[in-house]
Amino acid sequence: MQKATIQLETLTCPSCMQKIENGVKSLEGVNKESVKVLFNSSKVRAEFDDEKVSIKDIENSIDKLGYEVLKSQVKKI
Amino acid sequence: MQKFILGKKNHITIVSAILIIIAYVSKLGFKNEPIAIWSLIIASVLGVIPIAIQAYQALKVKVVSIDVLVTIAVIGAFIIKNYEESAIVTFLFLFGAYLEQRTLNKTRSAIKELTEMAPEVALKQLKNGEFEEVEIEEVDVGDILLVKTGAKIPVDGTVLTGEGHINEASITGEAVPVSKKKDSGVYAGTILENGTLQITADRVGEDTTFGKIIELVEEAQDSKSEAERFIDRFSKYYTPAVLGLSFIVGLISRDIELAITILVLGCPGALVIGVPVSNVAGIGNGARHSVLLKGSEVISDFSRLDTMVFDKTGTLTIGNPKVADKEIYADNVDEVLAYLSSVEKESDHPLAKAVVEYIGDTKSYTVEKTVVVKGGGIVAHVEGHRVAVGNVALMEQENVLLSKKVRGDIARFEENGNSLVLTSVDGELKVLIGIRDQIRPGVKEDLQQLKKLGVKNLVVLSGDNQGTVDLVARELGLTEAHGHMLPEDKSAYIKALQERGQIVAFVGDGVNDSPSLALAQIGIAMGSGTDVAIETSDVVLMNSDFSRLPYALGLTKATANNMLQNIIIAVGVVLVLLASVFFSEWMNMSIGMLVHEASILVVILNAMRLLRYKL
Repeated sequence: MQKATIQLETLTCPSCMQKIENGVKSLEGVNKESVKVLFNSSKVRAEFDDEKVSIKDIENSIDKLGYEVLKSQVKKI
Repeated sequence: MQKFILGKKNHITIVSAILIIIAYVSKLGFKNEPIAIWSLIIASVLGVIPIAIQAYQALKVKVVSIDVLVTIAVIGAFIIKNYEESAIVTFLFLFGAYLEQRTLNKTRSAIKELTEMAPEVALKQLKNGEFEEVEIEEVDVGDILLVKTGAKIPVDGTVLTGEGHINEASITGEAVPVSKKKDSGVYAGTILENGTLQITADRVGEDTTFGKIIELVEEAQDSKSEAERFIDRFSKYYTPAVLGLSFIVGLISRDIELAITILVLGCPGALVIGVPVSNVAGIGNGARHSVLLKGSEVISDFSRLDTMVFDKTGTLTIGNPKVADKEIYADNVDEVLAYLSSVEKESDHPLAKAVVEYIGDTKSYTVEKTVVVKGGGIVAHVEGHRVAVGNVALMEQENVLLSKKVRGDIARFEENGNSLVLTSVDGELKVLIGIRDQIRPGVKEDLQQLKKLGVKNLVVLSGDNQGTVDLVARELGLTEAHGHMLPEDKSAYIKALQERGQIVAFVGDGVNDSPSLALAQIGIAMGSGTDVAIETSDVVLMNSDFSRLPYALGLTKATANNMLQNIIIAVGVVLVLLASVFFSEWMNMSIGMLVHEASILVVILNAMRLLRYKL
């Protein structure tokens, strides 16, 4: 399992959180329990299985919702 | 394409404002209806595009967001050819979102300042021995790094070579620079004020103390209290419910205007954002003033505190015994003190250390035939004299005669909470020293302030004897004092308080009081290393600064109040709006949107007051 911390552009509406959370959770290979969207620091934290899904896939899914990904960090856990 | 349009949202807002102005000027000024209508149509279409895109994205992940409500409302207005309403509503919604973003950034500014203090680059030693600047992510444990004057320490590490002074304010809150040399520990995020250091990286990134502080604050500002989780659940069903209500009203009354007005008025904006903005502003203010609050649950509990329980040693007192009283019964004072100091240097007992420290620089004698008497003290020979240093029992064992005056002094010293060290030379008592743990300076004033802020009971629990504890309690004006307490007694005591329905905070050292720290609703660890304090505390006082306690309490009270105000504002506005749809003539979509956006700004501005909170 890998743990990703993804920095997004500044989030302003609380409903964005729900969108991003649902979007990331819907990906195969992402641990649903671990997905956390931090509204105020505009970050997403999620654990994922790198054999099923890549960090690029996660970034793309957020990007497609209309939120720019600034940078992401992946750490093995 | 979608992204391009969303990126141009602010431009769209400006254009639609201009179009609306053109429409009114041509309608009222030149009586030119067609231009007015076409301007409004263009403004509506242009304005609704970004909102509709957001609505579509939300629906795709099965969320009924505010954007969905507004999009349907605007399309509805368009269908009944009310272009004025549709243009103004889209403009207000976009403009409101812009203002929200600007003001939200303000409430987050305090925490941003903190995260921006994180180091980003480091000078890392390469294989060839040269140093090269690299991104902080490329530094691993064990790397050797060079830090020059004025630079940030990039990692938690150990000094390899070099000397310098470091400002550790970002970690400890203490602005006086600390001297560092070989083998000193250094912390990420602190600043080298002078000198040059080479350090070995021990911990990097999120594992550093600074990284942990940032993570804690970031998690805290997004943590949710019970009230907030309720609002979240509520708004999850609330938005679809508003949608349903407007459909039903539309079907029954056949009045599309009324139906879409309900859609706009029902937007839950201020309710959703009111509590989080107070939270982030309050936590941000704390972070700026060396108080880290671990989340909004902590804010809510701490603000309603009934009882604060303190550990004594190391919390109310410095935890470092010092000589407080002394009597000398000899003429050759210097010589006797030199004997005493020389003998005490043989021991590493805390009391002995206090004595040596107190006497300071003095002549040093050779000490021979040292015997440690268990539970008594030390007997040794100095310059041919037999010197005994210890308690009253040791003196009796040594057949030292204690005069009436001496016995009086002893009684007085004990009454003051001292531990006694007596010194005899050749069977004659020469010095009586009283040692006690000093109360932290300023603690008394801090405790009074806590009382003023509404803490009903201030209790001290300690393993020391009841007399000493009573003395401290009397001196500091505490309401209760209990001695002879083991760690498990302390946690039992806290449990009993909680069973009586009280909210309890425990302030103690992080190691042996951990059961109590965990049990109390609010645990605050003092001292014993920054790391432990950060991990075990609900409220972290940087540098374990006791004087931050009243500030922390005052701030949580102000923050909790602020949240309540925001909830009242938000709920009040929605109720008034919905009532006025049915019972007044003047309410329409545009006014509804205006009031709605205004209420969002009001709660954000209200939260911003917290940034300026001072005790």
